[in-house]
Amino acid sequence: MEPVIIDQVQKEIDRFAQREVYIHLETTNGAYASHFDESFFSSGAYIRNAHLQYEHGKIKGSGPFRIGLKMNFGWVYAEGITHFEVDEKGRLLLAGHDYSGKLAVSLQIGEEPF
Amino acid sequence: MENERHVLVVFPHPDDEAFGVSGTIASYTKRGTPVTYACLTLGEMGRNMGNPPFATRESLPHIRKKELQDAANVLGITDLRMLGYRDKTVEFEDETVLSAHMGAIIAELNPSLIITFYPGYAVHPDHDATGAAVIRAVREMPEASRPKVHCVAFSNNCEEDIGQADIVYNVSEVADQKVAAIKAHVSQTQLMVTDMTEKLKNQDPEVMARIHNERFWTYHF
Repeated sequence: MEPVIIDQVQKEIDRFAQREVYIHLETTNGAYASHFDESFFSSGAYIRNAHLQYEHGKIKGSGPFRIGLKMNFGWVYAEGITHFEVDEKGRLLLAGHDYSGKLAVSLQIGEEPF
Repeated sequence: MENERHVLVVFPHPDDEAFGVSGTIASYTKRGTPVTYACLTLGEMGRNMGNPPFATRESLPHIRKKELQDAANVLGITDLRMLGYRDKTVEFEDETVLSAHMGAIIAELNPSLIITFYPGYAVHPDHDATGAAVIRAVREMPEASRPKVHCVAFSNNCEEDIGQADIVYNVSEVADQKVAAIKAHVSQTQLMVTDMTEKLKNQDPEVMARIHNERFWTYHF
């Protein structure tokens, strides 16, 4: 992955707009957060292979970045995005890595199921 | 350490074996005891991606599979099985089906010892669910043919609830193999290995104790 280049990511988001896509969306603070710090409230969520279509999407912010995909019946949202990659299968992989490089958030868009 | 006919290690993630059990595994393989490692998932949902990140959510399982194979080679494990479950989902599988899967592996290998996580005291939900499935499978066996089960526990409340570990092995003789197994999981351990190697060189007592001692709780059915 490489640090987000906003124009390139926007172009990739546009490429998938108004097409049937599969989404992986995830936030995580790790399974050990509350083990190491009992005052820490552990939370997270992921959805793998949501099948949807978005009308348009945007990347905003000055880094870490926010991404919103507008559907005719709702939204897909992620914040904290720092890195991106278009993988060998042409899928757009977006991730937010924390200050020690650990994954905190992930948003991925592809035309085939992940 | 008693002589065993066959040791079966069951954990859900590549690297679960590295920190607390790899010295014990190396000690068994060194004396010619066959060790099977059944690893339920490929740690697909891990957070460590390298720093700077060299793995992605999609490439991570491929990378961790290779790391697991490398660690198994280092430890002399000749039978490594990747069971195809998905990280963070073990507790949501059908319990009967999961423990039947464990039971089939146990029936096939007829191990004299199984090493797994202590259900309820192993912090990660996948750890607890894996331990619970193994315990359930063994419990269903006739008492006379049950293998011993040695569990790994590390939750903050474990000693309060289940007491001190009844088994502590000194694995200093195979410490090099243990460190190599930890290092094999590059994507997951890179961040702490540099620090650990340095501390080991300076004979830091805390790190020495962690590397040289491995502890287990015998499960009583």
